[in-house]
Amino acid sequence: MEKRVIFKGWLLPLLLLMPQVIITAVFFFYPAGQAIWQSLFIPDPFGLKSQFVGLGNFEFLLGDPYYRASFVTTAIFSGLVTIFSMGIALYLALLADRLIKGAGTYRTLLIWPYAVAPAVAGVLWLFMFNTRVGVVSWYLGLLGYDWNHVLNQTEAMGLVVAASSWGRISYNFLFFLAGLQAIPRSVIEAAAIDGARFWTRFRTIVWPLLSPTTFFLLVVNVVYAFFETFGVIHTITGGGPQQATTILVYKVYSDGFVGQDLGSSAAQSVILLLVVGLLTVIQFKFIERRVHY
Amino acid sequence: MATLKLNSVKKRFGKTEVIHGVDIDIAEGEFIVIVGPSGCGKSTLLRMVAGLETVTAGDIEISGKRVNDLEPMDRDIAMVFQNYALYPHMSVYENISYGLRIAGVAKDEIARRVATAANMLQLDAHLKRKPRELSGGQRQRVAMGRAIVRKPSVFLFDEPLSNLDAKLRVQMRLEIKALQKELGITSLYVTHDQVEAMTLADRMIVMHDGVADQIGAPLDVYANPATQFVAGFIGSPATNFVPATSLATPRSGCATVGVRPEHARIVHSGNGHATGIVTFSEALGAETLIHLALPSGEQFTVRQEGSMPGRNPGEHCGIDWPPASEIHFDAAGQRVTAR
Repeated sequence: MEKRVIFKGWLLPLLLLMPQVIITAVFFFYPAGQAIWQSLFIPDPFGLKSQFVGLGNFEFLLGDPYYRASFVTTAIFSGLVTIFSMGIALYLALLADRLIKGAGTYRTLLIWPYAVAPAVAGVLWLFMFNTRVGVVSWYLGLLGYDWNHVLNQTEAMGLVVAASSWGRISYNFLFFLAGLQAIPRSVIEAAAIDGARFWTRFRTIVWPLLSPTTFFLLVVNVVYAFFETFGVIHTITGGGPQQATTILVYKVYSDGFVGQDLGSSAAQSVILLLVVGLLTVIQFKFIERRVHY
Repeated sequence: MATLKLNSVKKRFGKTEVIHGVDIDIAEGEFIVIVGPSGCGKSTLLRMVAGLETVTAGDIEISGKRVNDLEPMDRDIAMVFQNYALYPHMSVYENISYGLRIAGVAKDEIARRVATAANMLQLDAHLKRKPRELSGGQRQRVAMGRAIVRKPSVFLFDEPLSNLDAKLRVQMRLEIKALQKELGITSLYVTHDQVEAMTLADRMIVMHDGVADQIGAPLDVYANPATQFVAGFIGSPATNFVPATSLATPRSGCATVGVRPEHARIVHSGNGHATGIVTFSEALGAETLIHLALPSGEQFTVRQEGSMPGRNPGEHCGIDWPPASEIHFDAAGQRVTAR
């Protein structure tokens, strides 16, 4: 089916590919190579000289209980963010799919949070839940609940999960809505006539037909929770209390730029790189296997 | 087995009324075809019977029970859609058995009924395939199978053949007719194709602008159209309409005279009821269609045996027909019967 363009020489195709290759090389291969190189050394605190340690940094990391705890934290954090942002988005999309009047306005309003940068979103939520001046924590106080995410680890986790999911709901909503509207109306109607009520239809028809969208979002959201939530965590908790919200990417930053252990930080980056690689492979493997109509 | 009754059913979308009160009374086991041009409201009417559209006014009754407020699944109907609406992620077997599985029918009973349906529709060999692996005709059969396994009391067909090519359409038409006769299930069939309507229907309903212009057996409708629209819509080539005043002997008491192409014949110029100039003729083998332009500007088509002499463009001819074959209409397009 695919139409292939046949080039006469190799110069034009090479030129056409160049911009993409250069960008990838400069912004990905070069820094990634540097990270791998650095992960094999331990520099002194002043950065004057560094000592080759082979895989020593990795050995240390895998034996480090804090690093392993950070893995668990990341798993919990990204799991919760993915579940909440996708679950709520799917629910809203199901409601919007039945909406006819005002669908455009509704959609536009729901998309706004996506335009808010993670760090700004973090600050917004921080102000609302600030233990001294936060509106929400004040109301919670009136209800007799003493909100303090600065000391309470669970509350800290809850807050960063909420702040990270919030901005993500819009994005997921858009994809879910598009996915739902791509399901032919008549298929749903046929199921209704066949005797399926709303939830049966959802379970047996809508959900399976939506699965390519769901899977795509799953991968994208996990990657988001792994990497792009840095701003939220940095502004709200700074990884605390007691490293309860230090996810892997935050630990790369705090070990490297705060703790000045650049070798370990580089090693952590490499491990993260492998994780992304793995996620990407999974993504491609499954996205290829779409449901075709 | 059931009867289906529509009592002055109306439908409004916002402020526009698309169906202005339709009455239909369908007997048990009858095959009714609703035919009309696109936009006449025939599909909307069918969707109201199915419960996919709300009824603005009037009643729909299945076997004497008012179903206006029932959900589609509670109406005991089955529907075949124009695009088949098969479940793309399910095999043919799963597609056909879907309704039974939801209803919680026992597994062996499901297997038995699917096997019977598949046998009837020659789908035995394809039960494990996905819809995308089937041809158009096979998909159509799966859609039929899905409808018949549930043994509904009413079948609804929404232009089921319009996505098939011409040859397959003729074949499926015969199969649908045979199947309906065999099962004896009351059926309501919507189409814009008057040949389908003529061949399938026990009685047909000609719809026009949200009104049922005429209800009757196909040949009755053909022979005695109730309105000018019906006369023009049913039959191909269409009925010729000539202004009553432009004829050699003007007719009184009507505005327009309708003449079927097969009733007219070419005579010498100056004879007959009207004169015309041949614009072109189509020789189809068994018959020849001669198109003429009348002095009043109307097109006129004469259908004659293929063995009769043809006519050349530009030839002046007279057109004659037996006066008894004329169909008279008033200015509003209604039939004038008293002649």
